[in-house]
Amino acid sequence: MPNATYILLIPLLPLAGFLLLGLFGRKYFKNTSGLIATCLLLISAALALYTAYGYFFEYGKVDGIYKQLIPLQIHWLEFSPGVSINMGIVLDPISVMMLVVVTFVSLMVHIYSLGYMKGDERFPTYYAFLGLFTFSMLGLVVSSNIFQIYIFWELVGVSSFLLIGYYYDKPSAVAACKKAFIVTRFADVGFLIGILILSFYTGTLDFNTLIQKLTNAGSPELQHAMAASFLGVSALTWGLVLVFIGGAGKSAMFPLHIWLPDAMEGPTPVSALIHAATMVVAGVFLVARLFPVFAISAPQALNLVGYVGAFSAFIAAIIACTQTDIKRVLAFSTMSQIGFMMFALGVSGTGGENGLGYTASMFHLFTHAMFKALLFLGAGAVIHFIHSNDMKDMGGLRKYLPITHISFLIACLAIAGVPPFAGFFSKEEILLAAYRHNMAIYYVALVTSGLTAFYMFRLYFSIFWNKEANIHEPHHGEGGFAMMLPLVLLAVGAAGAGFIPFGKFVSSDGAALESEFHLQFSIAPVVLGLIGIFTAMWLYKKQNDKPDRIAAALSGLYKAAYHKFYIDELYIFITKKIIFNLIGRPAAWFDKNVVDGMVNLTGNTTTAISERIKGLQSGKVQQYAMYFMAGVIGIAVLFIYIWK
Amino acid sequence: MNLILLLLIPLITAVAVLLMRNANQVRWTALAGASIQFVAAFALLYFFNKERAAGNTLQMLFEQQYIWFPSWHISFHIGVDGISVAMILLTAFVVIAGVLVSWNVTKLTKEFYFQLILLSFGAYGFFISLDLFILFFFLEIAVIPKYLLIGIWGSGKKEYSANKLALMLMGGSALVLVGLLGLYFNTPERTFDLIKLSEIQISYEAQMICFPLLFVGFGVFTALFPFHTWVPDGHSSAPTAGSMFLAGISMKLGGYGCLRVATYLMPHGAKEYADIIIVLSSIAILYGAFATMMQKDLKYINAYSSVSHCGFVLLGIAMLTKTSMTGAVMQMVSHGLMTALFFAVIGMMYERTHTRQVNEMGGLLKTMPFISTVFFIVGLCSLGLPGLSGFVAEMTIFMGSWEHTDIFHRLATIAACLSIVVTAVYILRAVGRVAMGPIKDSFKDLPDARWNEKLAAVILILGIVAIGTAPFWLNDLISPATELIKQKIMLAQ
Repeated sequence: MPNATYILLIPLLPLAGFLLLGLFGRKYFKNTSGLIATCLLLISAALALYTAYGYFFEYGKVDGIYKQLIPLQIHWLEFSPGVSINMGIVLDPISVMMLVVVTFVSLMVHIYSLGYMKGDERFPTYYAFLGLFTFSMLGLVVSSNIFQIYIFWELVGVSSFLLIGYYYDKPSAVAACKKAFIVTRFADVGFLIGILILSFYTGTLDFNTLIQKLTNAGSPELQHAMAASFLGVSALTWGLVLVFIGGAGKSAMFPLHIWLPDAMEGPTPVSALIHAATMVVAGVFLVARLFPVFAISAPQALNLVGYVGAFSAFIAAIIACTQTDIKRVLAFSTMSQIGFMMFALGVSGTGGENGLGYTASMFHLFTHAMFKALLFLGAGAVIHFIHSNDMKDMGGLRKYLPITHISFLIACLAIAGVPPFAGFFSKEEILLAAYRHNMAIYYVALVTSGLTAFYMFRLYFSIFWNKEANIHEPHHGEGGFAMMLPLVLLAVGAAGAGFIPFGKFVSSDGAALESEFHLQFSIAPVVLGLIGIFTAMWLYKKQNDKPDRIAAALSGLYKAAYHKFYIDELYIFITKKIIFNLIGRPAAWFDKNVVDGMVNLTGNTTTAISERIKGLQSGKVQQYAMYFMAGVIGIAVLFIYIWK
Repeated sequence: MNLILLLLIPLITAVAVLLMRNANQVRWTALAGASIQFVAAFALLYFFNKERAAGNTLQMLFEQQYIWFPSWHISFHIGVDGISVAMILLTAFVVIAGVLVSWNVTKLTKEFYFQLILLSFGAYGFFISLDLFILFFFLEIAVIPKYLLIGIWGSGKKEYSANKLALMLMGGSALVLVGLLGLYFNTPERTFDLIKLSEIQISYEAQMICFPLLFVGFGVFTALFPFHTWVPDGHSSAPTAGSMFLAGISMKLGGYGCLRVATYLMPHGAKEYADIIIVLSSIAILYGAFATMMQKDLKYINAYSSVSHCGFVLLGIAMLTKTSMTGAVMQMVSHGLMTALFFAVIGMMYERTHTRQVNEMGGLLKTMPFISTVFFIVGLCSLGLPGLSGFVAEMTIFMGSWEHTDIFHRLATIAACLSIVVTAVYILRAVGRVAMGPIKDSFKDLPDARWNEKLAAVILILGIVAIGTAPFWLNDLISPATELIKQKIMLAQ
């Protein structure tokens, strides 16, 4: 068992950075804040690597199986006996892998930002927010309790909000950060209700106990949860589907993806860290965390995960083919790739070869983090150089940005699935898992990987080849060492990460999964990928009018895809027209006029009545005497004639 | 610890304030008094926990009883349990912050501070009373200064608001009084003593009449739908500290009364009427949130959101499980701190920009980083961000409500859960319009917070964070007391 203290330091160091820079950064660390945060994160990343080494090679494996270790658990809040939130640290293959991914990518982004954000007025605040995000994300991946994951889930949400809205005086950034927060919040309600359902049937919030109770066929909790049903679907399936909705919101799955493209309003390194490599895969991680329950007890819910993932992958790839903002192309590409991870889980079983999808999903998560962070940081270098996000302003940049160019090419090859780059290996495994379990998903995935190659190389050729961009200002180079180092390191990762024998470390049951390589199987995807690449080359390598002609020929489809299939407009209709106008406005009107009207009516009636009867209190003794006499006579009459 | 100290400190402060000669002395005297009380509240927490740790399991600690009207069996009976300690702490936080943000009240400074201190005296007395007669006495003391605070130091249509607030709260008190007398005359011993009343079986018929009287009466204070309309008008006209006290303390008097008096003493009534209250509070939660979405004035936004948030308090009480009632008390503390801070920060912005309309603001983060950051924090607390107090309280209520298995309670809980999205919408809308966006030219040279405002904000934020990051201490403080209430409800068949 490892010593908990240093593992605890992994998330706490970025938190310390957040507090230090957030409280005192503006005053005392105006210029040094970047270095402080980077150093803290360097220690954090080193500790994460050390933990990973220890876990995978020293103490994690018992009898050939990777065990789950819980070196630390703190009693945080008890709702009722048994049902309590315990903040803990879990070490198992996926959490350890995520520790490494998050700290590594975050470190790269910290270093890169030293160059990219240099001279920014709110430099300390930026690094404070990065620290908050890193802390929350690390807390999320090591959660031992489903409520703990929800807590950190919300915290990554708010860090994402703060960083998207970092350029707070830009109205588009404000709108984007609000949208991101509200859409994911909406999904989180699903997650929350899912937690309530699952915890109600199992009487626990602890992941381990929960999974144990819900996968053991004989347990009364499972039978109870399966027997209760609502609308013909068992309570357990409902619970898991609701939890998945939370995951789908954060991972930008259709139809909750609308916030992700807008989130690109944040600084580009932030997009690389949060909206490409780490936070957006939280949904995948959540499903993976509860995977045994999905696979063993609720196959219907798992099927849903598979179809939502495949559909999102496909639709995002189509939209990506038409976008001209390079960050938005990357955003849709992220959504598409997360769709791959999601449906890989959907087509997985558990145990041995059956669990290939699980391993493949986690493997793709790992390689994707490398090449997508690289793509975003490369795009950042391009934007830094040309001061525009639009690929129409770009072209021929390979001469000015040689390092960016090569690393971007490597990343494109990786995502397109060209051997021997990282994406090839992980995508092959995903396709193989789909092939074995669900042919419909397999074909969708095959077409999508062809599209992926096409739109990525469309991007690549438009930026680095094609026409010559107008470079007005004197050329100021690629941005210094701080920006180039992460590109190079990530390029090494994107090129070489595929050779890691991932199945040995991460599998659905903890035992090593030997995935053999099937040559004949990989022919189809690679060929499709190459077709995509060559089509993009034919269309975009030199400036010509072919792309426009094709767009014109496909006018309806092109326009629909360019407008992201009008899903945003649909949401605006629902929120503005229905929620604001049909619920909010009437509620406010009702309160002002009816409820408060009643109060005022009561008040006014009282005043009016007293106005009428105040004449009775005239102060004239004669009048009072008359009233008195009338009263006496009246009572006398009552007594004599009526009550007797 | 002698609880009379908690009453003596504000009383002495109030007298001292009246004896001071100039505004500056008044301020410092009031601050000194509030600080001593703040320390006393923490001392109370310390001694209370010490007693409990030593194994003292009496329901009420530090009890004292002095005969007052022997013929009517009225005695000055005081004591505290975990719920009272939590409310006293809340009051101490809000009072010290309220004194600090009122630093530049120039109109009748002495009288203003006198009213504030008097109000806090009423609140402290209310939370330690164990005799319903003196409880009612303190409740009235806590109402009257508000009329003057709004009527004299208020703004806008202050006469209307002051009248409305005073009349509606007095109406609530009248119902409470009738309910209390009902209890008194329906017991063989003719007693107002809370502990004695809790030990005897009040007849089912009496409960069916007295429970709604008391619950609605106290409910008016805590914005029970549809008796909540004093909240928006009262808050919008009140001076900053007035709003803080109103939302932070006065609305909690009602929640405390609903739980301690109505529910605890009349479990049959609580059970019979719980469904109606659940419906009303679910309406308040969602309807308040939707109504907030359409408001344009910052004070109205916070007032309507208070209706929504106080709906959680009533929902938690009416769910009648130990967890949900614990959550209700946590929500009272959390909402008290949060809303006081919210009104404080609105006051700071208003003082500088001379507007409270969200559409007329923008980009304040640039010139007022401190105030805007506080606004962000309080907004995030309001929308239930983990790490801040709102999250813990709301989740405890949700978990407690979900312990019921029938579809009615489930639907009410889901409705309450949905409100967290609506809350996010209106909070982000306000934050986005006020603190973010391009800055107006006329706001470019506005100063940031002064020391007193900073101190007030920091004190309240510390409270919010202390609950949000380490909720166990509050939970452990409250839950033994709610457990007793729960047991009483379980016994009532």
